[in-house]
Amino acid sequence: MGVVRFTLWLILLAPQLSFANSSLNMRTGVTDISENVYQLHMIIFLICCVIGIIVFALMFWAIFHHRKSKGAKPAQFHESTRIEILWTAIPFVILIVMAIPATKTLIAMEDTSKADLTIKITGSQWKWHYEYLSYNGEKGDVDFYSILSTPQDQIKNKAAKGENYLLEVDKPLVIPTDKKVRFLMTSDDVIHSWWVPDFAVKKDANPGFINEAWARVNEAGTYRGQCAELCGKDHGFMPVVVVAKAPEEFDAWLNDAKQSKQNAAQADQALLSQTLSKDELMTLGEQVYMASCAACHQPTGLGLPGVFPGLKGSPIAVGDVNAHIDMVLHGTPGTAMQAFAKQLTLKQLAAIVTYERNAWGNDTGDLVQPNQVKARMKGDE
Amino acid sequence: MTAVTEDNHDSHQEHHEATGIKRWLYTTNHKDIGSMYLIFSLIMFLIGGAMAMVIRAELFQPGLQLVEPHFFNQMTTVHGLIMVFGAVMPAFVGLANWMIPMMVGAPDMALPRMNNWSFWILPFAFSILLASLFMEGGGPSFGWTFYAPLSTTYSNDNTALFVFSVHMMGMSSIMGAINVIVTIVNLRAPGMTWMKLPLFVWTWLITAFLLIAVMPVLAGTVTMVLTDKYFGTSFFDAMGGGDPVMFQHIFWFFGHPEVYIMILPAFGIISTIVPTFSRKKLFGYASMVYATSSIAFLSFIVWAHHMFTTGMPLAGELFFMYSTMLISVPTGVKVFNWVATMWRGSISFEVPMLFSIAFIVLFTIGGFSGLMLAITPADFQYHDTYFVVAHFHYVLVTGAIFSIMAGVYYWLPKWTGYMFDITLAKWHFWLSLISVNVLFFPMHFVGLAGMPRRIPDYALQFADFNAIISIGGFAFGLSQLLFVAVVYKCIKGGDKVPAKVWEGAEGLEWEVDSPAPYHTFSTPPEIKD
Repeated sequence: MGVVRFTLWLILLAPQLSFANSSLNMRTGVTDISENVYQLHMIIFLICCVIGIIVFALMFWAIFHHRKSKGAKPAQFHESTRIEILWTAIPFVILIVMAIPATKTLIAMEDTSKADLTIKITGSQWKWHYEYLSYNGEKGDVDFYSILSTPQDQIKNKAAKGENYLLEVDKPLVIPTDKKVRFLMTSDDVIHSWWVPDFAVKKDANPGFINEAWARVNEAGTYRGQCAELCGKDHGFMPVVVVAKAPEEFDAWLNDAKQSKQNAAQADQALLSQTLSKDELMTLGEQVYMASCAACHQPTGLGLPGVFPGLKGSPIAVGDVNAHIDMVLHGTPGTAMQAFAKQLTLKQLAAIVTYERNAWGNDTGDLVQPNQVKARMKGDE
Repeated sequence: MTAVTEDNHDSHQEHHEATGIKRWLYTTNHKDIGSMYLIFSLIMFLIGGAMAMVIRAELFQPGLQLVEPHFFNQMTTVHGLIMVFGAVMPAFVGLANWMIPMMVGAPDMALPRMNNWSFWILPFAFSILLASLFMEGGGPSFGWTFYAPLSTTYSNDNTALFVFSVHMMGMSSIMGAINVIVTIVNLRAPGMTWMKLPLFVWTWLITAFLLIAVMPVLAGTVTMVLTDKYFGTSFFDAMGGGDPVMFQHIFWFFGHPEVYIMILPAFGIISTIVPTFSRKKLFGYASMVYATSSIAFLSFIVWAHHMFTTGMPLAGELFFMYSTMLISVPTGVKVFNWVATMWRGSISFEVPMLFSIAFIVLFTIGGFSGLMLAITPADFQYHDTYFVVAHFHYVLVTGAIFSIMAGVYYWLPKWTGYMFDITLAKWHFWLSLISVNVLFFPMHFVGLAGMPRRIPDYALQFADFNAIISIGGFAFGLSQLLFVAVVYKCIKGGDKVPAKVWEGAEGLEWEVDSPAPYHTFSTPPEIKD
């Protein structure tokens, strides 16, 4: 009876003792599913605790009372069919009791049908790409990359670390609350895993295949997670940030995003007739290089020998300018060199190539203008 | 025929006389080879441990202080490979070499020359692996699980060295396993029937079958990685019709039985030591044998519980959840049997018993977190976090490695003829016990709070626990130097021990002198009932 009363007491006190949402325990999260997952976690945890307490109590009782130093004489028994059947059967029954709610939750988690919003998530070394495929049956028509925004100075301990150190991005994913949002995960290179603890969603992004998951968020807010599958050098620097907004606010945001996408396209068109100065290109180039290229090629342009090639004095960075532009635009399939044509604007691309051809003593003097980049893009179409 | 026998006889004489390095290079004696395995695994344990110290030093504070992320990934990868293939597995093979012939009353292992070869492959395998760390581009950095395509398309050219070293480790393990099986099946003393076999021998027999079943699968996996990377095949590349998730299925079909390869012999050791110091027969010998066999069987049908987040069909997730939960039944039986053995015994607390009791408690904690991980919906939250790191370090460090230490303390006096320094050994035990929990227990918390594994830097809310974990890590690492000291002192000398070192010990190994003579049971012993 004592055991039963103790168990009841534990379960009743669980909310106070469970440290939910602290740095000690799993988060309850902000979806019905994440709440169910938390409950499952606590139930199985308490079952383990109760079994553990009983078994260890018996063991320590024996250790204390059946000690040789207390003059204990060993008993002779060494088997008992009845008790052996009993302690096989009881755990089996406990497992069945546990499997029922787990199965129910799992079935609900895997039901991705009837989604209001579908977002395609593409991982690549070391950023996420979000594409709004359809919203309430209409085409979403918005897509963007989301990259770690924590400055290198904080990582290298040259500046004080901010509140959301390593869990902040330039452009977070925005989703509506109270709508079923379906995520489609895939990858452009290695396997990544998209994880937001508050949604209890963790799904691998496999190159060449598409996985599904979903969430219906109950509370507006900012939710942070990370890539959960080792994906190379900067695996630890690939956060996920999701902002959940009330549906009306989300609609407004989506319209804004569509509008600014059009504006950006127009601005890019306008650039084609302009000639940018070297200073402008170099300043922007350094900025974009640090954000998009330095992870592999290093801020020094020296690369990591045997892993990522250096750019300082490299045949591509000081050789034919068009070959250089092609490399940046289209990458090298089957290597870590990505295609940047769709990731960056014409201006940024022109700036990067200019920067790489003039930094670290690569004094080619070449200036690359947006229309030159555009021409190489067309050349392939 | 006569000539052949004489030749053998001659070489036998010669090998007796071989001295210095040649004695160890040419030896076919199971005790020599067992010692070499154990010393090798101790060296690997220290090297792998040093890498863990690098990892913990970098993670002591948020920010990048000591090593670059690329090198950090090499450390986590090679730490895992060395501890699994270089420390735990060779240590168990070493114990098998020393003890199985003496426990079954055989003069030696059944295939002594192969025994020599399977050991001497290992130093070369690990030299290749370690050497790759110093080459341009560094060693393997894709995790010990080497998921494709990170290990194929996106790895550096030293991957070939990793592949070859794993091939060599696999060859060594397979030969070791064949030797164990042949010895147990053919060289048991007359009258030693299957159900009289010591449990350490039983668990090793089952382990050996697991090894033979899955090491070729590992060899196949690394070969496919090799051809995908260097010869243009597309086993794991969707662009050529392959599937990166298939890599994980094949890897974990090896990987899950591998986990039991590292824990079943531990069960055998604990089942030997607990009765000795409880002065009472092992409770439920037969059910122990059956439980071990069912764990071995189940280990083949649970592999995809490592892969719940890869996007399996619902039916697959349910099957692997149920089958994984089932494992806790036979594992529970084992723990209950150990407790029942201690119940109403006459217990004393020599060092091997201390390690065994710690094993029972801490391995069970690792088992509990394993059961939690089996619950698929919850696993989505636990997967690839420090919760998993905590789980497998509880089963492998406080499980496998504590059992190895228990075994070494238990049989060391038999091997050297001297009692080890008990005070120092107790210091080693208590410091290890405390520091290992400071090291691994808080990992549960940071994992639940959302810290992914295999990251060189982390968000600020994990900082306090990581500092504690690192301190535990350094303390545990340093404590192991005491173990080296105890073993070294015990080889050099100490109080002489009788044939039967421990009062309650049973088994043939306690009937031969201490130290065990170079050749034991040249004529088979008589097995009494």
